[in-house]
Amino acid sequence: MPLLSLRAVSRDFDVSRPLLDRVLDGEPRRMLRAVDSVDLEVNAGETLALVGESGSGKSTVARLIVGLYAPTSGSVTFSGRRMQMIFQDPYASLNPRWRVRDIVAEPMRILQTRKDVAELLQQVGLSPEDAERYPHEFSGGQRQRISIARALAGEPDLLVCDEPTSALDVSVQAQILNLMTELQRRLGLTYVFISHNLAVVSQVADRVGVMYLGRIVEISPAAEIFARPRHPYTRMLLDAVPDLELSGRPRTPVAGEVPNPLSPPSGCVFHPRCPHANDRCRSEKPQIHRNVACHAVEEGRI
Amino acid sequence: MTLTVKDLKVEFPSRRGTLTALDGVSLSIARGEVLGVVGESGAGKSLTGLSIIGLLEPPGRIASGEIWLEGKRIDRLPPEEMRRVRGRRIGVVFQDPLTSLNPLFTIGQQLEETILTHLPLGKSAARERALSLLREVGIPAPEARYDNYPHQFSGGMRQRVVIALAIAAEPVLLIADEPTTALDVSIQAQIIELLKRLAREHGTAVMLITHDMGVIAETSQRVAVMYAGRIVEVGPVREVIKSPLHPYTAGLMGSIPKVGIERKRLVQIDGAMPRLNAIPPGCAFNPRCPKRFARCLEERPTLIGTARAAACWLHAPA
Amino acid sequence: MRASIRRLWEHDLAWSLRRSPVTVIAAALTLLCIGGALFAPWIAPQNPFDPASLNLNEAFHRPGDAGYPLGSDDQGRDLFSTILYGARISLGVGLAAVLLALALGVSLGLVSGYVGGRLDAFIMRVADVQLSFPAILIALLIDGLARVSLPSHMGASIAIPVLIFSIGISGWVQYARTVRGLTLVEREKEYVQAARVIGRRPLAIMLAHVLPNVMGSVLVIATIHIATAIITEATLSFLGVGVPPTQPSLGTLIRVGNDFLFSGEWWIALFPGCALVILVLSINLLGDWLRDALNPKLR
Repeated sequence: MPLLSLRAVSRDFDVSRPLLDRVLDGEPRRMLRAVDSVDLEVNAGETLALVGESGSGKSTVARLIVGLYAPTSGSVTFSGRRMQMIFQDPYASLNPRWRVRDIVAEPMRILQTRKDVAELLQQVGLSPEDAERYPHEFSGGQRQRISIARALAGEPDLLVCDEPTSALDVSVQAQILNLMTELQRRLGLTYVFISHNLAVVSQVADRVGVMYLGRIVEISPAAEIFARPRHPYTRMLLDAVPDLELSGRPRTPVAGEVPNPLSPPSGCVFHPRCPHANDRCRSEKPQIHRNVACHAVEEGRI
Repeated sequence: MTLTVKDLKVEFPSRRGTLTALDGVSLSIARGEVLGVVGESGAGKSLTGLSIIGLLEPPGRIASGEIWLEGKRIDRLPPEEMRRVRGRRIGVVFQDPLTSLNPLFTIGQQLEETILTHLPLGKSAARERALSLLREVGIPAPEARYDNYPHQFSGGMRQRVVIALAIAAEPVLLIADEPTTALDVSIQAQIIELLKRLAREHGTAVMLITHDMGVIAETSQRVAVMYAGRIVEVGPVREVIKSPLHPYTAGLMGSIPKVGIERKRLVQIDGAMPRLNAIPPGCAFNPRCPKRFARCLEERPTLIGTARAAACWLHAPA
Repeated sequence: MRASIRRLWEHDLAWSLRRSPVTVIAAALTLLCIGGALFAPWIAPQNPFDPASLNLNEAFHRPGDAGYPLGSDDQGRDLFSTILYGARISLGVGLAAVLLALALGVSLGLVSGYVGGRLDAFIMRVADVQLSFPAILIALLIDGLARVSLPSHMGASIAIPVLIFSIGISGWVQYARTVRGLTLVEREKEYVQAARVIGRRPLAIMLAHVLPNVMGSVLVIATIHIATAIITEATLSFLGVGVPPTQPSLGTLIRVGNDFLFSGEWWIALFPGCALVILVLSINLLGDWLRDALNPKLR
């Protein structure tokens, strides 16, 4: 029984212009489909990463999971007790007017858990004296640690992390990623890890879901995806990652940009940028088949 | 050498005393070369770029040092002259394409304005040049998009327009401060290619400022690593990445996650970069350095070496 | 104790205050006015509100006469004392009205910004409608309605609360609008979302999380609003519909003195007028400084 499962979850946003303007121009409502029929499962103790670029819908999925948004259709089923979330911006994640002590203790009152603030702070690598300070006295990395401490105060089974290290310097990122890995091992946590950075994902994930324009195009164990990426978009993403090994590998130039999510392409949304697109791709939406949503893969063309 | 910076010192007087933000930065970029300047936040890399183009915000000021552009000294120029140098001989690309372009004018108008200000061309010649620039930076069907406003372009396209603006007057030096950070990774790759091609084809010297070592690995011939307002290592990219001399560089390289199947614990440099008002005596990195010894705590190391150099006593000649 | 006073002195705000001589003077004057008004019963040689102590024979003393440093008015009241007591009323009414406007405006702004939707639209439309009337007119309207609808024997004792109420109601809109705008921004911040994930109720989030972060701007508005409220009260009293004549405020004094301005007894209007100007000006300057000092972008 998976800890978390999403079945055909979709989320639409109403981005229509104000009523009066619409009536005067005779315009219909405009809906943005940020997440389109996503199926996901997360098992206890593992880390599922969701990767994608802007407009992929990965952050929306994160918010759908924790309940900040309600799905327009489909269902989110959580068989654990509690979920917590860690956010991207360390500067906006903590109330600047509250002391660290109160920030970390907040979940405890509401969720009726009993933990020691000093102990939580030490668990994330801070000192008990830090409880009396205010957020602005800390660096970005330290603030993320405070966010983690706050999340742990709620004794969660599942931790949803939305780009937790994207705003941090690379050496600080390493500290936080190491910390998160260690906490997972020690406390038996389950993570849903959202990121745009494939290298970071490679470091933490057991399974990886690749998203494009609100849809999951490929979802596989991490080892599979990085060794044998199958969907053309996954390949393109991996190719675009700068090569620090300086192997001088030949790179296929990346074509085009993410289209406007308000008017997605027909059929397979990736077809305008795909070197393997055919007529079927332009008209028919591919379903996930053996972890990949791609006609060409299914037909054995690539 | 297109650009030479000698011993640049930038200070910020504040009521708590004078903060030294850049403490003796020296670097040089040759014609057609891309120099990557890498460092974490607070290291002073953006400040270096701003000092070169003369856009240092008061109360910050250049306390000492020299900046030479193609044999002429530019750090002491009066504001009006510097303004001309800035547009004509130095081009700048900033991180955020949204705020780099004026939302009220079409990109055609903005390009023409820059061209007409700095080059002795007539209006129709300026337009021709603007169109060819757009083609060069990879904007498809530039005639159709000439009269579009910035908001009608996507992020990646906007950054290309910004680059077109930057090279419009044929500068000899291009300073790009985090040009790809706000862009998706697939667009990042395209912009990186563009910058490399421009350097190659126009002989423009490029100073690429970023915190992303990967971007530098793909674009630059040489790299300078900055820490706490100083340059701690410099050299050809391949050598610095593969065999770093300075312990900070080594730590930095180790802490970067790489795409691969093997998952190891990342190298972690404990602690954080010191604030400007709390830089330790001796080597600024010594509190965090696993290899420090007595000399590191007392004496501040200078860059030891020439083309390949590191500011570290480990490499002092015996 | 010493350490905390020292810390206060060294604080960014205090330092910014010390740097601007104009603001220091403004702050000093404000404190002087407040002090004078607060300690009026002990400083003033006479209690001008006590009808029994008035003596019509003492009317129209010139400034400088024995016992009347600023002269006396047509009722025989010592002007110095009356200014002190009048300032008391002015400040008291001003502060109370501001507190009312603040409470109402901030609450409506918070709810409007956080909840959004139709409630937000409704509140903002009400605000828009109110803004199309000058504040004075609204205050007059409410005041007039109160006089007509409340039993007349309550007269004097109800006059001041009604005045406070009318000035307060006329001023809530600027708080509501500003707080609404700030709430819209804060609502999207991750710390609010974290609180939602934890499961806190919207009301708790508004009060515990959003409110502390908008208070800075509210404070700035309130400081300048005090000055406006005082002027509004003075205007209403000048027009004769403010405080009762037995408890004259600075505005009443100006009105009274207005009649005598050109017949020789100029001091009855001039001194209260100067007092009012000094009070309002210092508060305004203080408000200006506070606004710039609290603006993180200018620091």
